[in-house]
Amino acid sequence: MAGESKAKVIPLHGNSSRTGARGSERVTASKRHPSALPKPPTGTAEEIEAVIREFEQRGAEASEPATGDLTQRIAAFADFFRKRLTGDYSVDEFGFDPQYNDAVVLPALRFFYDKWFRVEVSGLENLPDTGAGLVVANHAGTLPFDGPMLSVAVRDHHPAHRDLRLLAADIVFDMPVVGPVARKAGHTMACTADANRLLAGGELTAVFPEGYKGLGKPFRDRYKLQRFGRGGFVAAALRAKAPIIPCSIVGSEEIYPMLADVKLLARVLGVPYFPITPLFPLAGPLGLVPLPSKWHIAFGAPIDTSDYDETAADDPMVTFEITDQVRETIQQTLFTLLGRRRNTFLG
Amino acid sequence: MDYPRVVLVTGACRFLGGYLTARLVQNPSIDHVIAVDAIAPSKDLKRRMGRAEFVRADIRNPFIAKVIRNSDVDTVVHAAAASYVPRSGGRATLKELNVMGAMQLFAACQKAPSVRRVVLKSTSEVYGSNPHDPVVHTEDGSSRRPPREGFARDSVDIEGYARGLGRRRPDIAVTILRLANMIGPAMDTALARYLAGPVVPTVFGHDARLQLLHEQDALGALERATMAGLAGTFNIGAAGIIMMSQAIRRAGRLALPLPTFGVGVLDSVRKATMNSEINRDQLDYFSFGRAMDTTRMRTELGFEPRWTTLEAFDDFVRGRGLTPIISPQWVSSAEVRMLAAAQRWGR
Repeated sequence: MAGESKAKVIPLHGNSSRTGARGSERVTASKRHPSALPKPPTGTAEEIEAVIREFEQRGAEASEPATGDLTQRIAAFADFFRKRLTGDYSVDEFGFDPQYNDAVVLPALRFFYDKWFRVEVSGLENLPDTGAGLVVANHAGTLPFDGPMLSVAVRDHHPAHRDLRLLAADIVFDMPVVGPVARKAGHTMACTADANRLLAGGELTAVFPEGYKGLGKPFRDRYKLQRFGRGGFVAAALRAKAPIIPCSIVGSEEIYPMLADVKLLARVLGVPYFPITPLFPLAGPLGLVPLPSKWHIAFGAPIDTSDYDETAADDPMVTFEITDQVRETIQQTLFTLLGRRRNTFLG
Repeated sequence: MDYPRVVLVTGACRFLGGYLTARLVQNPSIDHVIAVDAIAPSKDLKRRMGRAEFVRADIRNPFIAKVIRNSDVDTVVHAAAASYVPRSGGRATLKELNVMGAMQLFAACQKAPSVRRVVLKSTSEVYGSNPHDPVVHTEDGSSRRPPREGFARDSVDIEGYARGLGRRRPDIAVTILRLANMIGPAMDTALARYLAGPVVPTVFGHDARLQLLHEQDALGALERATMAGLAGTFNIGAAGIIMMSQAIRRAGRLALPLPTFGVGVLDSVRKATMNSEINRDQLDYFSFGRAMDTTRMRTELGFEPRWTTLEAFDDFVRGRGLTPIISPQWVSSAEVRMLAAAQRWGR
């Protein structure tokens, strides 16, 4: 079976530079549009003619590989479908399934990333191209949209297109459907053993040390960082000698403005909090739609941990100091970003 | 004492005990192999055992102490603990056989001054299956929710007795091997029975991460531990992970996702008609799976499995000659036809 699958060669024409890049497709589409042409046709008759000729040429160029593109897409789809149906893929020990992540999870998240929250990202050069790194970010928004958005930002816009491995709350992995999908997307439960294992394996890992305290804080406390757990993430980074990259996310607080928390209902349902937002639960299912706030993600300068000695990970003074440094950096960046933002929804 | 001279193997009529005996008799440095089981071996197995001496005895009987003493046994391999006994009295009988048998055997070992090594075949089931546990279990980590019933609980107890023996007789090297779930063409295991039917009921919304061990590797690990005589606990498992959904697809089975109680109901029907049984622990295993860290196996025990999890599973599918419901050939040809159509249409 393995021999057969490798021997498939599909002759396609005019497809050399267009392999599966979603971004480039959008760029060519905008180029095709007359308004995007460099010179508006406002000169002499020859100039106008030249521009029209150029336009036609481009149109021909663009439409010719389009059929090839379609065939190629069908080919890619068929290949994906065959591999899924016959179980011909591999997952790592965390259950990370790169094929599934690229084909199912990321495309779904890209809609929110590009169209809904229109995320703007900066400071990606602070992330390492190879090897371990620990991204530490603020957590907000009642539902953790910030984690997946962070993973899309790194995957699509970082030059090395790295997979960001999130350390998520245990409740995620209790849930049917959500739990396995999170595992297949490469995320795991936030515990010391898994954090150490990811970093030791040279993975780019992200953690939200605020946890539920940040996620479920009332709207009036927006952009006020909560306590950073017990600083376990610093110990993990020190142990792996991985750089800590502070990350500030603006816009996540406004997706579900939490006006109140019904503690009794939360206890009955066994969830960390039961939010009341302007639309939830009054508007029913509509209340589940996140508000389309404009997001900014800024990665800060990495904090190098390789200079600390072996005992630093077990030294509470060192971990507290670094925790405070990271927390302060994120808080300051949040204020700077907020100061620059003119409108919550328009940016 | 570098090599064992007289080895006693329990559970000699079961797969592991029997084939381990067959392997040990081929080792010229071992003078004498004694195979023990409560039932008589089949003709084929008896031939394989060769120069080994078969003693028909129940290890729950103090008679076993006499066998150990009289033959000057220096190495005892306890491979008799069984998770499944076809056509027997169910859980209570199984517990009686496993726990009481192990207690008697270890008591006999403690009394016999000649015994220097005890190798216990344990199982990865002692870790339980829990979404809150770290992705891989290490030997010294314990589960957040240790198993409370069934074979897993029995195995925890048996390991406890073995460690007790090691404490009371410090001159005995007690090796505990926690074998991952075994699979292979010859062995009858829970997973093999689970995948026997054309339609496999799965737990809706969950996908288990499975680490497997090829039956030949299990034998190899037991043999290695017998020869090495290293005190300690070792996780034994193949490299890599297979997802339950992936395993079902690779075996060409159809998955039938059912809610948790549905699997239970279907199982009761199957229990009434066939000799199959899924208990609480197995249901958890089929929902969440389990994987172990095998660093200690590689570095300290010096054992390297020959099959990865995927290879072991493929060998099982090939060896059993499972007829796939969704044949890979059919999928491949469908892909080719689809591509041909797409190309004709595209041009």
